Amino acid sequence: MTTETGNLSRLEEEALAGLGAAGDEASLERWRAAWLGRQDGRVTVLLRGIREVPQEERAAYGAAVNALKARLEAALEERRAALKRAELERLAREGALDVTLPGRPQPLGRLHPITRTLRDCLEAFKAMGFRVAEGPEVEWDRYNFDAARIPEDHPARDMWDTIWVNTLIDGKRRMLLRTHTTPNQIRVMERTPQPPVRVVVPGKCYRQEATDATHEWMLTQIEGLAVDEGVRMSDLKGVLYEWARAMFGSDRRIIFHHSYFPFVEPGVEMAIDCFICRGDGRQCHTCHGTGWIEILGAGMVHPEIIDNAGYDASKVTGFAFGIGVERVAMLRWGIEDIRHFYSNDLRFLSQF
Amino acid sequence: MKVSLNWLREYVDVRLPIEELARRITDAVAEVEGWRVIGEMWDPALVRVAKVVAVEPHPNADRLRLATVDTGQGTVRVVCGAPNLAVGQTVAFASEGARLFDGHTGEPTTLKLRPIRGVESAGMVLSEKELGLSDEHEGILVLPEGTPVGVPLADVLGDVILEVSTWANRADLLGMVGFAREVAALTGSVLREPDRRYSESGPDVTELVSVAIEAPDLCRRFTASVIEGIEIGPSPAWMQERLRKAGMRPINNVVDITNYVMLETGQPLHAFDYDLVRGKRIVARRAQPGERLVTLDGVEREFDSEMLLICDGEGPVGVAGVMGGGNSEVNEGTTRVLLEVANFRAGSIRRTSTLLKLRTEASLRFEKGIGPEMAMYAQQRALHLFEAVCGGRIARGIVDVYPGKEPPRTILLEAARIAQVLGVEVPVEDVRRILGDLGFLVHHVPPAKYSVQVPSWRPDVEIPDDLVEEVGRIYGYDRLPTTMLRGTLPPPETNPVMALRERLRDLAVALGFQEVINYTLTTREKLALVTDPMDAVRRNPLGVVNPVAAQHAYLRTSLRGSVLELFAANRRQAEGPLRLFEVGFEYLPVEGDLPIERPVLCAVLGGPREGRWRVGGGEALDFFDAKGAVEAMLGALGVRGTFVPAEEYGLLPGHTAKFGVGSEMAGIVGQVHPDTAAAFDIDEPVYLFEVWVEDLVRHLPERPPYQALSRYPAVRLDLAVVVDAAVPAGAVLDLVRSHRSQGVQVRAELFDEYRGPGVPEGKKSLALRLWLRADDRTLTDDEALKVRQGLLARLGREFGATLRG
Repeated sequence: MTTETGNLSRLEEEALAGLGAAGDEASLERWRAAWLGRQDGRVTVLLRGIREVPQEERAAYGAAVNALKARLEAALEERRAALKRAELERLAREGALDVTLPGRPQPLGRLHPITRTLRDCLEAFKAMGFRVAEGPEVEWDRYNFDAARIPEDHPARDMWDTIWVNTLIDGKRRMLLRTHTTPNQIRVMERTPQPPVRVVVPGKCYRQEATDATHEWMLTQIEGLAVDEGVRMSDLKGVLYEWARAMFGSDRRIIFHHSYFPFVEPGVEMAIDCFICRGDGRQCHTCHGTGWIEILGAGMVHPEIIDNAGYDASKVTGFAFGIGVERVAMLRWGIEDIRHFYSNDLRFLSQF
Repeated sequence: MKVSLNWLREYVDVRLPIEELARRITDAVAEVEGWRVIGEMWDPALVRVAKVVAVEPHPNADRLRLATVDTGQGTVRVVCGAPNLAVGQTVAFASEGARLFDGHTGEPTTLKLRPIRGVESAGMVLSEKELGLSDEHEGILVLPEGTPVGVPLADVLGDVILEVSTWANRADLLGMVGFAREVAALTGSVLREPDRRYSESGPDVTELVSVAIEAPDLCRRFTASVIEGIEIGPSPAWMQERLRKAGMRPINNVVDITNYVMLETGQPLHAFDYDLVRGKRIVARRAQPGERLVTLDGVEREFDSEMLLICDGEGPVGVAGVMGGGNSEVNEGTTRVLLEVANFRAGSIRRTSTLLKLRTEASLRFEKGIGPEMAMYAQQRALHLFEAVCGGRIARGIVDVYPGKEPPRTILLEAARIAQVLGVEVPVEDVRRILGDLGFLVHHVPPAKYSVQVPSWRPDVEIPDDLVEEVGRIYGYDRLPTTMLRGTLPPPETNPVMALRERLRDLAVALGFQEVINYTLTTREKLALVTDPMDAVRRNPLGVVNPVAAQHAYLRTSLRGSVLELFAANRRQAEGPLRLFEVGFEYLPVEGDLPIERPVLCAVLGGPREGRWRVGGGEALDFFDAKGAVEAMLGALGVRGTFVPAEEYGLLPGHTAKFGVGSEMAGIVGQVHPDTAAAFDIDEPVYLFEVWVEDLVRHLPERPPYQALSRYPAVRLDLAVVVDAAVPAGAVLDLVRSHRSQGVQVRAELFDEYRGPGVPEGKKSLALRLWLRADDRTLTDDEALKVRQGLLARLGREFGATLRG
């Protein structure tokens, strides 16, 4: 018994020494096979030899060998874990990455800044119950001008320098590139037999004018129109206020100035307080020291237009506004030159 | 319009600081674009009024003279080169250290005195340029007689000039009186109207001239007066100063009076040399076609039969409301003046000046619509000035032919309308005060109406809402509450094409494409590079009459050219892969109607695939990258596309496919033909695809083709078959995917196409990975094997496919 126990502790020493020498998974596996292998591992053999142990010693022998087996198994697991730890430590130490190297380029697409701004504006209006509609870019002069109360031979036509399409219809030029999205006021009401109307109409417009840092001949507008019984100018103020806060920050303030557009009465221009200089910059390039940034034209739909739509202008009122999307994008991102938008230089586009 | 604050003060008291005044005018009247302070830099101690008391020649220079001037603090001697210097003049005088503008460069400078040709000068007598008043530097500025000597110049000449942009329907704002009326209403001041009194002498005017209006539809009123005993000369200094500040050049006393009264009242006037008016009669009539006249600017002009001419007994002497004729112009010898103040139909003047390409101060006012009552007002004011300034004798009476006289317009305004439109109740007393201050006659009709008579100078006010605007703007829009729309919402606008367009944008972005937006106008030449010569629609784009530039003269019928152009432009800036797309319209002409605006997504891609940065550029993007993007988009939309080989102008045959759903095509993908690419300056393989939004939208499933997830595992197996090289892989794949056997579904991906050793000549091997799955059970290996065999048998029958050994 003592001998056996002594043998066992010698065996254990030998096994642990062997385990300590095993430095990788393969030698660990060899060690396991040699000692704990199911077929002829030395401890397995010892267990199997229990039959040759005298009956009265068998219990003690069995317990001792099983305990040895358990210890060796535990030692193996521990050794395995230690080796793994050491390997990871080595990896962290010797295989450390230069994490300042650049990441691998991934294909990344972006929306055009005008699309982004347009969508952000539309979202703000949708949240106030506005629907989104569209109308043609090549338009009849009747919709672009006459129906909007801008007759031929009226100086108000000077407010929109027009690009005309070179097609004669019944001997007259009638087609043009719409100068504003206003014709959609008429078009939307025409196809809406009865109010309410609550719609925003985005789209490209065109002006016959020389380009510079703040003027572009192709531009993107959003026309807004709300027509119903009980629509008031104060609602116009509320809707545009919400929009201004959504686009330029919740602490924005707005004011209306008197203005003139033939299709609205009263007509106003809206300004927002300058969020660049916050009203105290005499040198501010954005507001030119006035503290206010002119941002859009608006007003109450002229009763004649309501009338022409077949609505009762004594009961039904409406408001309309027109937003220049390029101007909004320039303001929100501090873009200094409107011509960047349609030059489509990726060095510009990839910044948004 | 330039508004001198000093001049404005003649009609209304202005006590507000300029910033505040400008802000309130902008809020309620017209946009103040800015202002210029005259005399801001004139030091009151150094720049003062002086009087020339003696002039002597300079001992050493012929062109210079020595002036003795009284500065109010004694006399000093200065050297002066101005030819107009004369004894008795009141002038602007600067002492050493004064801030001025350099007479030559116009740059700000500080006066430093030094001897001129050996004579000391105690200061300088100043020109307008040196004072920053104008570019005039020929002579010195002569101040009005009686200007007190010794006072700071800023006190007599200092001013603020507002630059105001007015509206297309407000001719009255283009007159100082009309503008002052607004300021008075805005600030609660009283309007002081100009003096229109004069005395009459000489003969009865009807003995001197007769007036006939033959076109009363174009000429609503014509007034004429005659002034005799005129001596042509310069107008008084104060009048010249005001004209200059308003941006007009003084000419002579007669012309200056007409311009002055126009600036004052907004009503244009025209002075004829009475003795050049043939037959002593004036006729306002339509031109005979082809009739001609040399106008005051020396240009001979031809008229059409809708243009109104002012004629004398023999022929035209002026273009009504636009410009007078050279044949009757006031000149140095003029002693008698015929003064025309008329009212013309706004649209007619607008049309004439547009067709003649002649915009004048007069036409700009007439075209906005002037009330006909202003004609007599301006006549009287001008006659007052002729008497006071020119010492003229005014003939008795004024000829007044007035076929267009209408009773004053009266508008009934319901008080409730104000709140209905504005959203705020304006108290009765405010409504009455505001409208009254603006010149309307208001009768409150209790309990809740106003009867409002519109003043003649406001023809723009026609309906109750025009009055609501008058009330609103003066009351102040800042006093409107901020409210939110009430009532029901309209039904949703469904626009599936727009929705798909936006979805495609998002998908393209998700696939790594950069959105671009191009000008929609291009050239025929560029369109010809990318459109089929046989395509009669796309090869005949709509042109515009007046393009902003030659390269923007035609509405594009294809997006391809613009996107390829951008590919080339950006390639010059960047290496690496380029993926660009645009969503826009093709404008396809339709006979006699607006063009079809056809929405298209057009994308181009090319360049090396994103490589490992360590390695550098990887292999190049190719057809299958383009097609993969299309498939990914279609897949995301729940559409399984079919691709068929196609030929398309500008794309490389054998590398181009159209795609669609079933037999209906909804787009194209292919390699841009290298010749076409080269025409856009692209020398690398570049690929293009288009999605035709309206063609695709019809095939979108209403809902995603959702299937519940099977609870049973799939059996995965690979299968390589050998088929004729000509067999399209897509057909094989379609067959495999459509295979059904005892409730077993087949999902399949093609992962390799191989030709070469091991595969017979003329054949190719297609490697497929299959996932077999049943909805109701776990497939056994045997079942899977059976499906595989069935599939192989079908492939054998349909395509002659054999299992690759």
